Amino acid sequence: MAGSTPASPTANSTVDGGGGLSKAQASVSPWAEAWRRFKRHRLAYWSLWLLGAVVLAVLIGPLFYKVGINDIDFKSRLSGPSWTHPLGTDDLGRDLLARVLYGGRISLAVGFAAMLMAVTVGVFIGAVAGISRGWVDTALMWVTDLFLSLPQLPLLLLLIFLFRDPLKNLFGLELGIFILIVVVIGGFRWMPVARLVRAQFFSLREKEFVEAARALGASTTRQVVRHILPNSLGPVIVAASIDVAAAILAESTLSFLGLGFPPDIPTWGRILYDGRDYMDVAVHWALFPGIAIFIAVLTINFIGDGLRDALDPRRVL
Amino acid sequence: MFSYVFRRLLIALPSLLGISLILFTVLALAPGDPFEELAQNPNVPAEVRLALRAQFGLDDPIWQRYFHWFANMVRGDWGFSFVSRINVDTLIWQRLPVTIAVIGLSQVLALLVALPVGVLAAVRPYSWFDRIASSVAFVGFSLPTFFTGVLFILFFSIYLGWLPFVYRADLSETGWAWWVAQFKQSIMPIAVLGLFQAASWMRYVRSSVLDVIRLDYVTTARSKGLAERVVVTKHVVRNALIPVVTLVALQMPAVFGGAIVTEQIFRIPGIGSLLIDAILRNDTPVIMAVTFVFASLVILFNLIADILYGWLDPRISYR
Repeated sequence: MAGSTPASPTANSTVDGGGGLSKAQASVSPWAEAWRRFKRHRLAYWSLWLLGAVVLAVLIGPLFYKVGINDIDFKSRLSGPSWTHPLGTDDLGRDLLARVLYGGRISLAVGFAAMLMAVTVGVFIGAVAGISRGWVDTALMWVTDLFLSLPQLPLLLLLIFLFRDPLKNLFGLELGIFILIVVVIGGFRWMPVARLVRAQFFSLREKEFVEAARALGASTTRQVVRHILPNSLGPVIVAASIDVAAAILAESTLSFLGLGFPPDIPTWGRILYDGRDYMDVAVHWALFPGIAIFIAVLTINFIGDGLRDALDPRRVL
Repeated sequence: MFSYVFRRLLIALPSLLGISLILFTVLALAPGDPFEELAQNPNVPAEVRLALRAQFGLDDPIWQRYFHWFANMVRGDWGFSFVSRINVDTLIWQRLPVTIAVIGLSQVLALLVALPVGVLAAVRPYSWFDRIASSVAFVGFSLPTFFTGVLFILFFSIYLGWLPFVYRADLSETGWAWWVAQFKQSIMPIAVLGLFQAASWMRYVRSSVLDVIRLDYVTTARSKGLAERVVVTKHVVRNALIPVVTLVALQMPAVFGGAIVTEQIFRIPGIGSLLIDAILRNDTPVIMAVTFVFASLVILFNLIADILYGWLDPRISYR
């Protein structure tokens, strides 16, 4: 399959092609090598640019496009895209571009925050299970399997229903719901990461370099933090990128079911949910937020695919 | 084989117990009181409220309440809906068949699409068919079900006017006309759910077939002079399906999530929309029961997948 492609840019200068990265004379760092492979995945590369553009638009767009998300303009209700309202307006005449830009901040923030939460929990549980083995491992994996077989969406809905009001009182409306949604979505996405990390630990802890560290008297913590964990991060990064997409989807699903953020905070899912009832007269209302979700999820999935190619050491590309 | 099924059953039971424990803990930890509305209602005297609390055991220690609740769940006594004023189990039994039918048929559709497409794509990797199928699959599972549902309604119901966009449980037609109407109103929900599943399954099938097709025994089968069709269907696919079954089982919770969304979009009177209604109306007994039913369904499907797994790969059931 590899054909005439060299295993890595350093393959020709070293005796063995496979382990070229660990050689001291390798002039290419592992990250540059990964970046080189990532760029070969055309779709992933362009997705990165597109996603970057979306993130940039969402972050600095509202600074330039100064139309309020709640500015009501009854003269142009439900009007389609035009020069004054590039994405049209909703039933109260609120500008959809402003709302989609603002909603994107929340949707993307939820995606990244929930991913961080899932990865943190997953890495911690996977690392503890992988290094301790024995009954700790068995118990943790039982919990992981249990969480994997939970019906996630019903439980998400249940948790949000039960804890929405107290958190709202505790942290205020917007922040309270944000924390709740991030914790709940992240709390149901850590299992694949935990399994990945555990599997990585099982193979890495028997490798020579870890054995060497152990022989030199490195403590278990040091072995884990300095030696095993950094080497097990490749698959975790891939899983993390997919998790961002999944979290964005989960948040928009919740909003779409009317149980995410409250109606006055526009997220992509919420705008789509509101626009759904006006589809026969104002297609644009439901269409644009939907396209925004689709682009975000698609590009993130492609980037994940590219990262898999770039970070998988078995791949020869 | 029998002892294998039995062992799987023994593993499924603790997970059911674990799920019930999680469910109950969530409910017990949650602030608020299911009798809050009763407490605010001036027409309900305090004695009645206290009697009700005692009857439901709300003042007992928490572990007693758990056992009480779990025993009731197992016995089929699922309580009384606050809103519709009928027993929760009657309510669920009314709604369950529709959900099962929609989920089941959409899975069949997903299988019918994913299996041939995935196998064909893997038999000729990087051909134009493979490229197109893989790209479409990628787009397919990046499209959220609620968005495809909306697009389908927009195109088939509003633009073309071919299909109804509201699912009706009480069709007025009889005989053949009933079947036609039922078919027409079921196409979109089943397609939305099924195609989403098909997109991710197709990728599993493709990569799994790609792993198997290079193995030596496949070369042997070819060198025996077997037709390519026989090699693929009899030798490759059966072994390639083994990892796919596991992945499909792992996806079951997501399938039920998708079913809730689809039921909500097309207003299908299934248990998913029952759950949403119950949540919006604070109907705690219904919420608990529906979530428990979903959990049991997930475990049931996992069990089926495990048994299928044992049938596809006899080595596993002898372990």
